[in-house]
Amino acid sequence: MKEKLEQIRTEALAKMEEAGALEKLNEIRGAYLDKKGTLSSALKNIKEAAPDERPAVGRMVNDVRAVLEDTLENARGKLARAAREEQLAREVIDVTLPARKAPLGHRHPSAAVMEEMERIFMDMGYKTTDSPEVEYDYYNFEALNVPSDHPVRDEQNAFYISDRILLRTQTAPVQIRIMEHQKPPIRVIAPGRVFHSAEAGTMCSPSSHQIEVVAIDRDITFSDLKGTLDEFMKALFGTDIKWKFYPHHYPFAKPGAQADTICFKCGGKGCRLCRGRGWIKILGGGMIHPSVLKVGGIDPEEYSGFAFGIDLERVAMVKYEIDDMRLFYENDIRFLQQF
Amino acid sequence: MNIALSWIKSYVPGLNITDQECADAMTMSGIRVKGFKRLDKNLEKIVVGRILSAERHPDADRLMICQTDIGTDRIQIVTGALHIKVGDKVPVVLDGGRIPGGHDSSSVSEHGIPIKKGRLRGVESNGMICSLKELGSAWDRYTNDPEEAICVMDPDVPEGADAVELLGLRDTIFTCEIPYNRADCCGVLGVARQLAAVFNMEFCPPHPQEKGNDEKVSDYIQLDVQDSTLCLRYCARVVKNIRIAPSPEWMRRRLAACGIRPVNNLVDIVNYAAQEYGQPIHIYDMGSIVGHKIIVRRARDGEQFQTLDGQIRNLDHSTLMICDAEKEIGIAGIMGGEHSRGMHNASAIMLEAACFDGANIRRSAKRLGIQTEMSEKFGKSLDPNIAQEAINRACQLIDDLGCGDVVGGMADFYPNPRLPGRISFDWKRINRLLGTSIPEQDMLDIFRKLTLDYDSKTKEVIVPTFRQDLECGADLAEEVARFFGYCNIPATLPKGICTARQLSPKLRTESAARNAAEYSGFSQAMTYPFESPAVFEKLMLPADSPMRRAVAIMNPLSEDCSVMRTSLINGMLASLSANYNQGSKNIRLYELANIYLPDALPLTELPKERTQLMLGFCGDGDFFTMKGVAEEFLYQAGLQEKVIYDPDHPRSFLHPGRQADMIYNGRVIGWLGEVHPDVADRYGIGARAYLANLDMPCITELAVVDRKYTEFARYPAVTRDISMVAKKEIRAGEIEKVIEEQGGELLENCQLFDVYEGTQIPRGYKSMAYSVTFRAEDRTLEEQEVSRIMEKILSRLKKLGIELRV
Repeated sequence: MKEKLEQIRTEALAKMEEAGALEKLNEIRGAYLDKKGTLSSALKNIKEAAPDERPAVGRMVNDVRAVLEDTLENARGKLARAAREEQLAREVIDVTLPARKAPLGHRHPSAAVMEEMERIFMDMGYKTTDSPEVEYDYYNFEALNVPSDHPVRDEQNAFYISDRILLRTQTAPVQIRIMEHQKPPIRVIAPGRVFHSAEAGTMCSPSSHQIEVVAIDRDITFSDLKGTLDEFMKALFGTDIKWKFYPHHYPFAKPGAQADTICFKCGGKGCRLCRGRGWIKILGGGMIHPSVLKVGGIDPEEYSGFAFGIDLERVAMVKYEIDDMRLFYENDIRFLQQF
Repeated sequence: MNIALSWIKSYVPGLNITDQECADAMTMSGIRVKGFKRLDKNLEKIVVGRILSAERHPDADRLMICQTDIGTDRIQIVTGALHIKVGDKVPVVLDGGRIPGGHDSSSVSEHGIPIKKGRLRGVESNGMICSLKELGSAWDRYTNDPEEAICVMDPDVPEGADAVELLGLRDTIFTCEIPYNRADCCGVLGVARQLAAVFNMEFCPPHPQEKGNDEKVSDYIQLDVQDSTLCLRYCARVVKNIRIAPSPEWMRRRLAACGIRPVNNLVDIVNYAAQEYGQPIHIYDMGSIVGHKIIVRRARDGEQFQTLDGQIRNLDHSTLMICDAEKEIGIAGIMGGEHSRGMHNASAIMLEAACFDGANIRRSAKRLGIQTEMSEKFGKSLDPNIAQEAINRACQLIDDLGCGDVVGGMADFYPNPRLPGRISFDWKRINRLLGTSIPEQDMLDIFRKLTLDYDSKTKEVIVPTFRQDLECGADLAEEVARFFGYCNIPATLPKGICTARQLSPKLRTESAARNAAEYSGFSQAMTYPFESPAVFEKLMLPADSPMRRAVAIMNPLSEDCSVMRTSLINGMLASLSANYNQGSKNIRLYELANIYLPDALPLTELPKERTQLMLGFCGDGDFFTMKGVAEEFLYQAGLQEKVIYDPDHPRSFLHPGRQADMIYNGRVIGWLGEVHPDVADRYGIGARAYLANLDMPCITELAVVDRKYTEFARYPAVTRDISMVAKKEIRAGEIEKVIEEQGGELLENCQLFDVYEGTQIPRGYKSMAYSVTFRAEDRTLEEQEVSRIMEKILSRLKKLGIELRV
């Protein structure tokens, strides 16, 4: 019995030594260690041994099993490691080959700037509102202190749909529309398209975007307007932005103002883009004219407010240093991809 | 408007500022300066020289050798000016000097042309004698001298003196934009008044008196103004014994600087006075005024009149005419007639300074299609009191400069004299509006500088008639702000409540659209919202298509942008095409913009504006790529239930077999499909292109943005596969509908995992395989339960004529 076990052990170990592949090892395990394997049969034959030898034989069988299992596990580990090594070696790739991408799309620079401005003003407590692009003459002009023969109408170059309806030339009509539906305190922004009957050029477009900013409350001051512009400029362009705030006449604003940023193209020296001015106008507005407040049903004795319209494309031009407004409407992906 | 700094300084003698200071001050006081130009730019080392001798160059017929006295020295100059005479005083550029250009027909350059001594055909030349053109000037400044010829100066200027100064070129021309409500600043005086106020300098305007001889103007001219609403004032004065001569140099220079070509003393004087006050003044030949009578009346409807430019104009009752006893002379405030030509031989003239209703002038000018400088000025609504000052100023200059004999008195129609206005002044309120703390006295000082008086008893500011723009307290606040300085206004933020930051549902849907599109590789496009009506044909829209009902623009830039779009299709296809044709292969674009849908045409109400998401691509991908992007967007936007695709309502611009309406909760929320090859051809897109359009308001309305957690299933699922052969026409959607209906609540998922058409399947058929998963939330499903459901599904499928394979 003892010899037989010893023989099994030697034989099995020799086979394991030679195995060389996982499948082979599994076969060996089957042959020797499974329920019907050699070792199990040997244990079944324990009855052949003398009763007093049986425990020793049992131990021996278990010892052999332990040795075999151990060796098998070792051999298996070795083989697995070798196989993994081989796999890793085989799977070396050239990491400098080009990346495989699912490229993301790009946001239009005007929209990107619009969203950023919405965020800035929302952080200052403003709500966004919608407003019609095709508008009544009343809201675009009449209610804003621009009666039918006012010279400002010629400057505004409106596209007309009928005597009463036009494509709005500014987002300022929103001021009246808001006042009609809401009582102070009012803090609203209204982004949208505006239109001017002018051929597309480097600095103008028959259709462009503005964002109207309106604040009406008790004690809103001209200083608040300036401070709000300062916050906005710094938030959008960075704290180093050079901008200028100067008088401008709008029939619906008193005092009226415009704001320019320094021309990115020439740094203020004057060039073709800024028509020699060194500055680029990006917004205009002022304190809402008392008669406009009245038209909107708000008592100018009690309330005051400011409103201004920011020219989105111009802001995008300054922010991204785009020197031709026509690019915004050509949709060339070589342009769009840059934002 | 162009203004010379020297002209302004003549009324504000203390003004000693740089050009930039002047430009900034004008802009900050409300007159925007668009630019300024120094006349002496690149004019260096140019002095007066006297020609001592002039001899022909021995080796060149077209050159002269001149010995020239330049005060400190005598130098030899070789010049091409053959007509130069001994004794002439001329501008001489010395060695090391500079001229702007214009030399030998070269154009003016940025840094000018340096002048150095040298030899011309072997003869030493130590400088250059200049023509006007070489000095950077042209006719507009010196009418007496031809441009190309050497500029000969006054005989009494000293040799060696600064020629640039003597020629009046040490000056700067400002180009400014006068706000339309500031008619007062259309005159040089108004601008000077403003600048004097900014710099706190004394303002010295002329004070013209109504001077003249002992005769009476009424013996020469009678006024008959028949409409006092359109003609607020009419002033006329008469000058006889006109003596035409050149006007003085200083006057010519100042006019030329404003872009007005000097003509002769009479015309120049009148233009000069007009320019000072911003008040048009008209000259009439007394000989052409029949009956010594000026009649101002409305035109008759249908009346015709030939204007100065030879055109026949059709007039109507709202046009104001200037006539004499027999005929019409001109359209008031807009343009004269044929008769106002040729005043060269007039011995007596009448000057007219009038004030017409601005709005009517603008309307008439527009209707007649005549925009003149005159109509523009009158259109700004002038101050009727200025007319008198301006006409008297002209007469005073005529008298001073000996241009003629001014007849005493002024014929004046002025039935309703305009009086100064009054605005109550509340300095605390102004500070409250501005957010400043400017003392009352500082505000009053500002008003005083602007020649606004103050009545301390009534606490009212008295507004002179030339400041018609000042009407209310806010106007006073603006004056204070401007002269206090916008740059000195503090920067504060509004106090009070803030609303919580929240995206509106509309913006949230739009944000979902942008994100879904961009994550799928689509870049955002923007196109014009107006397009050509020819687009409808291009898209093969049927005659009754609602998309043809577009809002038309009355005054479009061109036919190509004359209607407001009813879809974003054209813009998208045009953008895809432009990119395709510049060589891009994979183009993915989206646009988020409004379409304009009228309720009725012609428009009585505003059209509906609906924001649309338009996705378009060509290149990699197919119908199902587009479907995936659209569904991902809908899911992100909060439409998480199943979208139904209905191919039975084909759109003309899409491939008839590759398109569908997208239906959600029974509503059509959009469509998608492959672009019809004919349409793609018309747009020049040589690849298959796909479009999807989603109606954003509809999506915002249907979106459910509140998301709630659902527990994971705890009991095991049972999955069965169904394999079948179906007729090609049977859509996956129909099969899925059967599975869903029969599967009921226990159906968790049904997934198509194989579709095949080909050799092993009969023609006209396809094989399809679905994996169907069932699960109950509260128990482990029994085998029989699943089998029962499967049987129901299979029997229904059989009814559709589907052959099942086990």
